[in-house]
Amino acid sequence: MTTNRINDFTIKIATVNGTGSASANTLLMKSIFRSGIPVMGKNYFPSNIQGLPTWYEIRISRDGHVARSGSVDLMVAMNAETYSRDVKEVAPGGYLVYDSTWPRPALLGRGDITVLGVPLARMCNENFNGVRTRILTKNICYAGVLAALLDLDLERIRELLAETYAKKPHLVDSNMKAIGLGYDYARQNFACPLPLKVEKMDRTAGHIMIDGNTAAALGCLFAGATVAAWYPITPSTSLMDAFKGFCDRTRIDPETRAKRFAFIQAEDELAAIGMVIGASWNGCRAFTATSGPGISLMNEFLGLAYYAEVPAVVFDIQRVGPSTGMPTRTQQCDVMECAYASHGDTRHVCLYPANPEECFYMAAQAFDLAERLQTPVMVLSDLDIGMNDWMCRELKWDDAYRPDRGKILDKAQIEKLEKFQRYLDKDGDGIPYRTLPGVHPKGAWFARGSGHSQYGTYTEDSTEYQIVLDRLMKKWDTAKKLVPRAVIDATAGGDVGIVSLGSCDSAIHEAMAILKARGVGVNYMRVRSFPFSEDVERFLAAHRVLFVVEQNRDAQFRALLTLETAVEKSKLRSLLHYSGLPISSSFIVEGVLAEVLPTPQPQPKDAGAACSAERPDRLSGPAGLPPRTAGGTAT
Amino acid sequence: MTFIAKPKVVHPSLPRNVLGLVRRDYEGALSTLCAGCGHDSITAAIVEACWRGSIEPQNLVKLSGIGCSSKTTAYFVSGAHGFNSVHGRMPSIATGASAANRRLTYIGVSGDGDTLSIGLGQFCHAVRRNLDMLYIIENNGVYGLTKGQFSASADIGSKAKKGETNFQPPIDPVLLAMNLGASFVARSFSGDKRQLVPLIEAGLRHRGFALIDVLSPCVTFNDHEGSTKSYAYTREHYEPAVQADFVPPEREITAEYGAGEALPVTMHDGSRIMLRKLDEAYEPTDRAAAQARVQERLRSGEYLTGLLYLGREGDADGARPEFHQINGTPEEPLNSLPYEALSPGSEGLAKLLARYR
Repeated sequence: MTTNRINDFTIKIATVNGTGSASANTLLMKSIFRSGIPVMGKNYFPSNIQGLPTWYEIRISRDGHVARSGSVDLMVAMNAETYSRDVKEVAPGGYLVYDSTWPRPALLGRGDITVLGVPLARMCNENFNGVRTRILTKNICYAGVLAALLDLDLERIRELLAETYAKKPHLVDSNMKAIGLGYDYARQNFACPLPLKVEKMDRTAGHIMIDGNTAAALGCLFAGATVAAWYPITPSTSLMDAFKGFCDRTRIDPETRAKRFAFIQAEDELAAIGMVIGASWNGCRAFTATSGPGISLMNEFLGLAYYAEVPAVVFDIQRVGPSTGMPTRTQQCDVMECAYASHGDTRHVCLYPANPEECFYMAAQAFDLAERLQTPVMVLSDLDIGMNDWMCRELKWDDAYRPDRGKILDKAQIEKLEKFQRYLDKDGDGIPYRTLPGVHPKGAWFARGSGHSQYGTYTEDSTEYQIVLDRLMKKWDTAKKLVPRAVIDATAGGDVGIVSLGSCDSAIHEAMAILKARGVGVNYMRVRSFPFSEDVERFLAAHRVLFVVEQNRDAQFRALLTLETAVEKSKLRSLLHYSGLPISSSFIVEGVLAEVLPTPQPQPKDAGAACSAERPDRLSGPAGLPPRTAGGTAT
Repeated sequence: MTFIAKPKVVHPSLPRNVLGLVRRDYEGALSTLCAGCGHDSITAAIVEACWRGSIEPQNLVKLSGIGCSSKTTAYFVSGAHGFNSVHGRMPSIATGASAANRRLTYIGVSGDGDTLSIGLGQFCHAVRRNLDMLYIIENNGVYGLTKGQFSASADIGSKAKKGETNFQPPIDPVLLAMNLGASFVARSFSGDKRQLVPLIEAGLRHRGFALIDVLSPCVTFNDHEGSTKSYAYTREHYEPAVQADFVPPEREITAEYGAGEALPVTMHDGSRIMLRKLDEAYEPTDRAAAQARVQERLRSGEYLTGLLYLGREGDADGARPEFHQINGTPEEPLNSLPYEALSPGSEGLAKLLARYR
């Protein structure tokens, strides 16, 4: 352990799901956040209701790193079933807190860590009545132990409990009693605080702790979405729950009680996307949220929306595949599926948010793009972004915002037309005009997935068919100018770069800082959308070696880059993380260092040229060894 | 297929409806179906019903899936928007469209393959949601576009054109819809315009899900001897049980109906359905009794037709809240709400974020 661990360590809490540990964990994380210290919380939970192992990781980082750290300094082992693996995971010099009501000397035999036994169950059994209450308070009790060990502010904890139980004040007292039991026991029996401790900072002002699904739901609310159709699937469900919650708070007419939204639980994902398409076609902003299996089912309809040119917004909160996979673990494994969902020549606009803050803004942007381009827009979040608590800047809304409804003709405009022609490229940007039902008989058109001419009529004529298909490609080129740019950091100079997308971002930033400290400078491009804009092409062209970091086995993003840009395949090295846990910085650091030698004394003339040209045999790619992966090495 | 293009000129003597429109204003593109196809008769009945009902063309929304029947939405009311969606998925498009604008009139045209095989799930759920639409099944027991495979409505013992016999029991959409709580369930025959037109008129006005299963023979693949969906077989085995005449609010009930002969049912918009029993034993406003009778006659190979079940307001197991009532949406269509009524603004955002600080 390094000397100064104040505000720089990771706690992991192992419990059994369904025992109320989530509230204790949130309480701990939030109290640290409110003390001004950057923090993140990640939940590694089973696909189960009650009784299986679950872990919660809290990383405290004075430097603001919010990725998974990859190591554990303090383990709270509350689950006898996972004791042995939990003990192994503690870093040398670390600590282990466990329930010593049932002592387990044999299991805990590690000389290089400090074991702190607390008789949590016994204390709770002596002080509380009822089986369920005892189980719940036992979890709150360990929060009290940690409060003493880490020197947390008890007043902050009371304040948070008071907010949580504003309507049930008696619960504040019983929770504080349990906290007190753990707190006092730790103070009496251990040297508190530990060297790992929390000290007040002021680095969280102007920030919030929010998960990506909640933020995306807020984005939909502010974009003016009125129709939400969905079929329940982990890990997307909380997005829809949040949207309904926000609508219930802000969209119910105070007088008539009428709901200014339709929230429809569909019979399956096929119906959910059908409803979104039907509502969008009829002039509402409509969306659905799902995960990979749902996208698979939606493929047919997505092709229809692409070809009939109907807007739709789809949130894909990616989880581990293939098939049912591991529903409560994270991956970026739908990159390819979303880009070309459906049969035939079909391609979709995709947005890749990196954190909850971007989920919020990109949600709103997705509706503008879908309506402007008259096409489905897929927002590819993932379980890590969607369901974990992230510290991000407070979300802001510009009151001057008005939805971009795209090229919709109103009654007066239709009236003036001699004839309405649905798929004609009048403006040369590949985007035709559309009309809504119920406006004017002259504006009527027939949406269909079968072959159609630029005038909207059924066709089986090759030329007429091709005119529409080519015009759709022109629209795709227009999309390139409208989608969010890549975020590029080229301050390191030189010709080595990292290319990535989505939730890898925080780990990459941390990795770059570590690499820089070791004398390796790398540039970084985070792609935020598909189709790729010109800046993506330029960045790829300007680098000799590019590490493509992504969270799937098949290097899907790398494949998309090679398909859709002019980049030479041999320049791309894949760093693939697909264990189901969020990517950590150490994985990236190791991956880069395996290919690139640190420059012990940077040359002033060529500071960034840190790539090792003399070791091409260690490089991955078509000519080299297989890519470095982290599959199966769940840590 | 009809090859003769119709002249555009409207003769001044043609009758006009309340909106001043002639029947021709409710027509669509030329049909590309086989000559003699039952579906074309249904299209003609829809044109007649829309004209009689004085529906503003732009306020009608036509929805369909895939198949011969689904093509027909292009053949009527060209002034209405149409959506020819994907196979078996029309109900979900209709659900979304209805959610966006509750003021329009939704008509879905589907077939027995589209509804009872690939789209069975979506059909059932549209009934459960009591979606405010008229859903017409053009039922011919066969897959036409793919040349003659049995559909899920083919009867046991029915013979395909190529000779094989069907041994699987049919799925009957009428019984299914009654079971799932539909409040307007009818069966008719494409060859019986007198029965069909008022059913479509009433179905278009009915609040909630209205089903009309129309037996509509396929002249090319299912009109042979041994088929139970041929013209000849249908004419012999269809049995009108309840004649439903539609009387719009502006028209008075004529003396044609003697006391006790017809049961008037007033609809939510003031129009009336006059139910006239042709089968004395039939009870069209009693769900359980109607179901039992339809099933009993089906067992003897007879198709009861007419408005087979009408759930009235106030009847036990009668009319249920429709989709928008269930969802509590406002009277004005969701797609007409101004952005200001939807966004809580920056101040609202700050309030919503309080618990995340």
